[in-house]
Amino acid sequence: MMNREVNKQYSSGEVLAPPTERYTVLGWLKKNLFSTWYYTLLTLVTLYVLYAVLKPTLFWALKQAEWEVVVVNLRLFMVGQYPADQIFRIWIALHLLAFTAGLAWAIWLPKARRIGAFLLLIPLGLAALPFISGFSRLNWILFDIFALAGWGLGIWKPKAMRRPLIWLLLAYFPILILLILGVEPILKIVKTNLWGGLLLTMLLAVVGITVSFPLGILLALGRQSKLPIVKGFSVLYIEIIRGVPLVTVLFMAQLMLPLFLPPQIKIDNVLRAMAGIILFAAAYMAENVRGGLQAIPKGQHEAAWALGLSGFQTMYYIILPQALRNVIPVIVGQFIALFKDTSLVAIVGLLDLLGIASTVLAQPEFIGHQREVYLFIALIYWVFSYAMSYASRRLEVALGVGER
Amino acid sequence: MSEASVVQVKTTPEDLLNLPEEKRRAAIEQKEMPIVLAHEVHKWYGNFHVLRGINMEVFKGEVIVIFGPSGSGKSTFIRTINRLEEYQKGKIIVDGIELSRDVRNIEKIRMETGMVFQQFNLFPHLTVMQNITLAPIHVRKWPKAKAEEVALQLLARVGIPDQADKYPGQLSGGQQQRVAIARALAMQPKIMLFDEPTSALDPEMIKEVLDVMIELAESGMTMLVVTHEMGFARAVADRMYFFDQGQIVESGTPEEIFTNPKEDRTKLFLSQILH
Repeated sequence: MMNREVNKQYSSGEVLAPPTERYTVLGWLKKNLFSTWYYTLLTLVTLYVLYAVLKPTLFWALKQAEWEVVVVNLRLFMVGQYPADQIFRIWIALHLLAFTAGLAWAIWLPKARRIGAFLLLIPLGLAALPFISGFSRLNWILFDIFALAGWGLGIWKPKAMRRPLIWLLLAYFPILILLILGVEPILKIVKTNLWGGLLLTMLLAVVGITVSFPLGILLALGRQSKLPIVKGFSVLYIEIIRGVPLVTVLFMAQLMLPLFLPPQIKIDNVLRAMAGIILFAAAYMAENVRGGLQAIPKGQHEAAWALGLSGFQTMYYIILPQALRNVIPVIVGQFIALFKDTSLVAIVGLLDLLGIASTVLAQPEFIGHQREVYLFIALIYWVFSYAMSYASRRLEVALGVGER
Repeated sequence: MSEASVVQVKTTPEDLLNLPEEKRRAAIEQKEMPIVLAHEVHKWYGNFHVLRGINMEVFKGEVIVIFGPSGSGKSTFIRTINRLEEYQKGKIIVDGIELSRDVRNIEKIRMETGMVFQQFNLFPHLTVMQNITLAPIHVRKWPKAKAEEVALQLLARVGIPDQADKYPGQLSGGQQQRVAIARALAMQPKIMLFDEPTSALDPEMIKEVLDVMIELAESGMTMLVVTHEMGFARAVADRMYFFDQGQIVESGTPEEIFTNPKEDRTKLFLSQILH
């Protein structure tokens, strides 16, 4: 009976909407968790395990843990020993970032308003934390204001702002370094041995990511080159670096490099760690990009050549844009790994987030607070890693237009 | 190599290359000298002898159809003309320029020859408009406005004036191939190479592409077309070449080939494709 009706509708040539399934909460629970006796059993067992694990964890986190160690040392965790009277420079860098991000959001993701608004809540939430200084509170609010200003400008003049945005993104990196390091006589130089905590972690990661990306592309192209020396060097470099752990590269940069250089030349510790991270990441980046390059069909090269495009033009306009888009997920994965890998610089004595954690734990009044401290920094790593992963998914969607 | 099968051409490479530049241009323009000359072209893939002494001359404005069984070297040959494939022996002279290892010569020749592929090979990350204007802007150095104007005219000519802002993935196969033709024409080439342009198309889309090609042939474009569309050959081809096992087995006007093929292999092949 049912079947015949369906057939009749079909043959009448009507265009039908797809069938929709709607559930109430209870209906959903019943269908997915309690539909058979063994589903019910599994659900109950899972609930019990969750309860057994979460109860003591939450009890510890809310009742027993002494979060004072984090609150008291918050500035150390965030900026290390960066002089307190110079912290406004970091805020300026952050506000500029907020402005740029707001502008970029308006131009590239104009439709994602709700998520943008949600992101604006995070600084407000931070401003509402009970234990931060009034200065920080004010600045987190300013952060949102700058982000909104950038966003408003982008919405108001999306076409005209496209080019300034690119310039701002390119200029941000040098500006950041000048702000943090300082330029005599306008801004007092802050030596890199005072950089620390999240600030240092972020700087290592951002510099590592921004510089290793173009370097990796060059190496990938070099590996595909027909010139034997270029190809040989690229292959040798990539294979050597990929065969060595990052810790080793960092140790080499810290301990071995001075042996090769004349004693007058002293390279800064942070700079050496940065160089190590960049050189290491570039080799992996090269292999990821190569994967993308190889996935482009030969016909794309041929069509470009047949039109008279040179080898460089073919790469720049046709092959690289497609290859890079294909490997965004892999590259972001690598960036996240790189961000977390920067914690290895603690081993060579830099006071990044992890390095600061061990100095904080050495303070006599906070001995034995490992759980609070490590949980706190783990949370920070997670927040940033998840944000990157989320941003990459949005980027894929935004760039996916016209995909075959 | 069976002697009888090798088609001879009148012009030698020396005839063409020894002429001073201006006279050569004039002779090609006057159809006294060929715009494409292949002389004893040989090519090997490893030990496999793919092209076994190809001789061909094509004069300005001629439409040449190349056909033959798969693996006969017909696609390979047409791809040597714009140097997508190298050859090891012989000479190819296109528009008075000898194809050699010199990159500048190759780029010059590629600017004068447009190519349409079996698989379209449109650039999927660019819009139709960007696909067409890319080479004129970056190779011919035209201003963007001029390139876009030409592109719109060409899109109208191939019958899809309203698809400029779409991406290739949003078009049907027939439309994609017509965009590919417009993209090749945008460089204003003197010679158009077609490598099985309808073989990857659904049957109902073949005609729309062939119609564009026929219109192009009638407008006086020099065309080398690898195809099995015998209707197209009958309608517009000046000469046809039958390739088998890396050689030209037979050549002639469509009339000669269809009504009175001389070689047994040609007869057999034609009987197989014309049911």
